[in-house]
Amino acid sequence: MNAPVLEIADLHVALASASVPVPLLRGVSLTIAPGEVRGLVGESGAGKSMIGRSIFGLLPGGARITRGRILFDGADLAALADAERRDLLGSRIALVPQDPMTSLNPVKRIGDQIGVILRVKLKMARDAARARALELLAEVAIREPARVIDLYPHELSGGMRQRILIAMAFACTPRLVIADEPTTALDVTVQRQVLRLIHDLQHRHGAAVLFVTHNFGLVAKLCQSVTVLYAGRVVEDGATANVLASPREPYTQALLAATPRFDRPADALVPLDRSVTDTLLSDARAYDAAHAEAYR
Amino acid sequence: MSGALVSLRGLRVSLPNRAGKPLFGPAPLIEIVRGVDLDIARGGALGLVGESGSGKTTIGRTLVGLIKPSAGDYTYDGVDAGRMDEVAFRPLRSRIQMIFQDPQSSLNPRLTLGTTLVRPLAASGRLANDAARRRRAGELLQIVGLPVEFLSRYPHELSGGQRQRIGIARALALEPEFIVADEIVSGLDVSTQAQILLLLRRLRAEFHLTLMFISHDLSVVRALCDQVAVLSAGEIVEKGATEAVFASPQHPYTRELLESVPLPDVEAGWIMAGTVATV
Repeated sequence: MNAPVLEIADLHVALASASVPVPLLRGVSLTIAPGEVRGLVGESGAGKSMIGRSIFGLLPGGARITRGRILFDGADLAALADAERRDLLGSRIALVPQDPMTSLNPVKRIGDQIGVILRVKLKMARDAARARALELLAEVAIREPARVIDLYPHELSGGMRQRILIAMAFACTPRLVIADEPTTALDVTVQRQVLRLIHDLQHRHGAAVLFVTHNFGLVAKLCQSVTVLYAGRVVEDGATANVLASPREPYTQALLAATPRFDRPADALVPLDRSVTDTLLSDARAYDAAHAEAYR
Repeated sequence: MSGALVSLRGLRVSLPNRAGKPLFGPAPLIEIVRGVDLDIARGGALGLVGESGSGKTTIGRTLVGLIKPSAGDYTYDGVDAGRMDEVAFRPLRSRIQMIFQDPQSSLNPRLTLGTTLVRPLAASGRLANDAARRRRAGELLQIVGLPVEFLSRYPHELSGGQRQRIGIARALALEPEFIVADEIVSGLDVSTQAQILLLLRRLRAEFHLTLMFISHDLSVVRALCDQVAVLSAGEIVEKGATEAVFASPQHPYTRELLESVPLPDVEAGWIMAGTVATV
């Protein structure tokens, strides 16, 4: 197998501002091969976003990486100088954010928002950047790129805005795209189109994707592999087909059983058994007690 | 249908189109609901599904009396509720309740949950004194599975699921017979969503509620509703028993919606079978 694009090893993140450090990630490891699409599944508070933020160096105030490393194409992101890291972000590593309604600058035209990435990251001239922005809009199936390029975000629907954000993420032919719940606010038919777009662009540009979601359905359709997270720890990971067809861990089984399906009768829905998560929480506390030094 | 608690015939609703408002003068009207026929049997649970802009929420708001129909009939328990003025509708207000989509913004952040729950009880004049109302508020918390101590908490201290339980408790305060729930589980995690769905299912049986459940999520509708109506651009394109409609959808739009739902089964062709519409 090719050397991984992303290798997260034994990542510990803690909120260090308190007198006792509060663990947020408890030794997370995952790898993504070139061109691989990996789902990262968990409920709110599981630490999904914390992983993305660690990669981008955008941990919230007080939180920091206390142990472990994040290798991007073999280089330790934490060891990079700020300027080097900034060079990578937005070009080699790109983000498709969650909320298309608030992630675009409301007072800048679409063309300017795509153009600035191309001019700063790829040093393109203004005219070349505009021409490339038109191509990118066409790539995300926008009918009239020449018209849309001069519009403001409020003139576009949520689905269109999400397409713009996808175009921006792929603007510099990234090696790795972090997609943070990019379809939560969208209708199912629009969501399906956004998934297809991510799939097509990912193939065309040969990018690897870390697809963050709480929806196993999206993982099933888009991702070859999946990592299930709870309380800042990896509960289970593997090939999507295996994890969904025969989940090893009770938590994964319980999450799947708690997912309603239109093709199954109402009584098939089983609420999450609290004892399952209680066990995971006490495991996490036991881990913290045994690894206190990892959070300093 | 004679056993229907809620009955709509040729319902049309127009709302002002703010985007098209001229500088002076009123905004032009735009028809959101275009001739809807719908019945909800007493004790039934109807899922109203459709995409954004299809008119789901407008129908819900019409049923609770927040919007008046521009044409057609809305009959509630045999009376013409669609043409009632505010005063005539008032007796229905306690019988019909709505639970809103966003529990964060539908609870007053400055009021304790106790106050939020006591207010409708006080306004209805049913319970004579404050002690009785506080008791009832505590009871409501227990009904939705929250500890009584929550009476003195504020909305920001709660998780999304807990806030939605408060929304449900508030809707139940006046012992309604009909509840309109608008996308109430869409922002929640899988496990919280399952808990709220099962809570609603239990409450429905316990209090003999009639339910209209508005959602864009067909899987959630299957878990709760015996009947379903599919709305597209203000018109119902298909309706029937949920199981039957989902097992063999007749209308192409229903089929498209169902095919678009990503079920958690690996299916290699699914993503490529979808097309990307040029927009």
